[in-house]
Amino acid sequence: MSGNGLAPSRMHVADVLRTAGVGLRTRKLRAGLSALGIMIGIASLVAVLGLSESSKSDLLAQIDRLGTNLLVVQAGQGIGLGSAELPDTASAMVSRIGPVEEVSATGTLDANVYRTDLVPSSQSGGISVRAVETDLLLTLGGRIAAGRFLDEVAAEYPAVVLGSVAAERLGITDLDDRPLVWLGGQWFPVVGLLDPIDLSPDLDRAALVTQAAAEEYLGYDGVPSALYVRTDPDWVDAVMSVLPPTVNPENPDQVEVSRPTDALEAKAAAESAFTNLFLGLGAVALLVGGVGIANVMVISVLERRAEIGLRRALGATRRHVAVQFLLEALLLAAVGGVGGVLLGTGVTAAYARIRGWGLLIPSLALWGGLTAALLIGTIAGFYPAMRAARLSPTEALRTT
Amino acid sequence: MSPVLEMKGVTRLYPGTPPVPALRGIDLRIAEGELVSVVGPSGSGKSTLLHIMGTLDRPSAGTIRVSGFDVGRMSDRQLSALRAQRIGFVFQQFHLLDAETALDNVADGLLYTGRPAVERRRLARETLEKVGLAHRVHQHASKLSGGERQRVAVARAIVGRPALVLADEPTGNLDSHSSDAIVALLEELNAEGITMVVITHNPEIAARFPRRVALRDGLVEADEANAKGAP
Ligand SMILES: Nc1ncnc2c1ncn2[C@@H]1O[C@H](COP(=O)(O)OP(=O)(O)O)[C@@H](O)[C@H]1O
Ligand SMILES: [Mg+2]
Repeated sequence: MSGNGLAPSRMHVADVLRTAGVGLRTRKLRAGLSALGIMIGIASLVAVLGLSESSKSDLLAQIDRLGTNLLVVQAGQGIGLGSAELPDTASAMVSRIGPVEEVSATGTLDANVYRTDLVPSSQSGGISVRAVETDLLLTLGGRIAAGRFLDEVAAEYPAVVLGSVAAERLGITDLDDRPLVWLGGQWFPVVGLLDPIDLSPDLDRAALVTQAAAEEYLGYDGVPSALYVRTDPDWVDAVMSVLPPTVNPENPDQVEVSRPTDALEAKAAAESAFTNLFLGLGAVALLVGGVGIANVMVISVLERRAEIGLRRALGATRRHVAVQFLLEALLLAAVGGVGGVLLGTGVTAAYARIRGWGLLIPSLALWGGLTAALLIGTIAGFYPAMRAARLSPTEALRTT
Repeated sequence: MSPVLEMKGVTRLYPGTPPVPALRGIDLRIAEGELVSVVGPSGSGKSTLLHIMGTLDRPSAGTIRVSGFDVGRMSDRQLSALRAQRIGFVFQQFHLLDAETALDNVADGLLYTGRPAVERRRLARETLEKVGLAHRVHQHASKLSGGERQRVAVARAIVGRPALVLADEPTGNLDSHSSDAIVALLEELNAEGITMVVITHNPEIAARFPRRVALRDGLVEADEANAKGAP
């Protein structure tokens, strides 16, 4: 200090904020546009994180609902394995495994389904015919869309239940006019339509009949092609390993055991991979937004040279000037950051609503978004602020 | 009485090829309460001199004391404080913040003093009344006439009761009527004890002020007291 009672130049915090807002208030359009860049970047980051989290939680909830304790046993389909059939004792053997709670066998029939009896038999429409047990729907956790599932009462009579895709292909949307299908050379009344079965989408493309009806009308030999097995959830792995030798003691390697929820989990993992890609794109948008702010701030410093000179004449220190412009960049970024978080949340909420997901935005996305915006603002504002501060007062006040 | 401003052998060389000697050795003493005009042809160094008096620029050589402070030995921060508390400026281009009201522009004259906002606004209002703009207090600067804008700028320069007010062609952008009014205002303020140095191109104004410093080629060509003539 010079010693003779000259207090240093100083400013109240409220005034620091007010002067930092001058540029924003006097150049609203430009401020808005440059904040928009940050806003889009932050919004896309928040939306990507929010959407992936919401969809993943939906998928996990779905997996939870379906249960991870369903196993599917099928004949191996490798080369040289002959006919893809399980031993006809398979169902009985599997139900003797302690932790197995339910077993439901299905057999594949060599028959075609048509809406009329006029279509040439070479056009099968891609619909398979399965002989199933009446507890199949329960075992799979599937749901009826219309009518009822096959039951013991109907077991003796010809009756068919259609998977969702099969029904659509046959043009049957409801059971109001008691539709019939031409199945294996004979009319079958359709008694039920199924919702999509998440754990076994192949059944969506199938027409299901009871095993009794299949034997009676379609020449089914009673040999199953697939077993659907529910186990005690704590014993899933153990059951998986004993299933092949139980089903086929002589050739356990001809038996394939799968767990349908594994596919859904793989899907969840695949979505995370996409999320990373989109996060990268969001980060690029944010970077571009930061460059926009830096650009606007450099121009602002050039245009407001006279104001800088005036403030220096009024007693502002270099630091006061630097803080004013740095804070202005920060305010721009903060406006963009808050706007981006709101926009990203809105987009996520709207999309989650359309898809029927629960809204889930990780708090990391919110705080991370704001922090990233402020960080970008600091970096973007640093160089222009330093330029403003380095300007000598006379240079700033020079009119030419 | 100790001088408000004291310059000894002040030179200012602008870098260039060849370097431009804007000031070539100025000795000047200005006592408290003086009203001094600085005249001289364009390029004679008037603005450079004013900037150095106002500590916006430093001399290449020589010493300068403002309000008792040895400017050459002060840091940039200390000079900022000196300007905030002891020096007021009036510019030809007014340099008002257009988005702010007259009141806020004047209060900005105290922005860097650390005084509380209420006090700054009270002083600003009183000063606006003093310069005859009581009815324009809440008007935005962009809505004021040129003469009114320069009054606001003068009010901003004196609101902190500085030891020295420096004006660089304050009437240069005004019509003759507004110009006369501003000069009368400066004389009035000087009569209340404010020390002023005013650069002007207008010989009539220079003749009205009690002391006249004439520059030519960076040197003081004449420094004379006017006979206390009638305006
Ligand atoms: N920043 C600068 N760089 C180089 N030369 C300058 C600069 N400012 C002023 N000059 C020169 O210094 C001289 C004095 O300028 P100035 O003080 O502005 O004179 P006046 O205000 O009397 O017209 C002129 O020759 C001018 O060209
Ligand atoms: Mg000049």
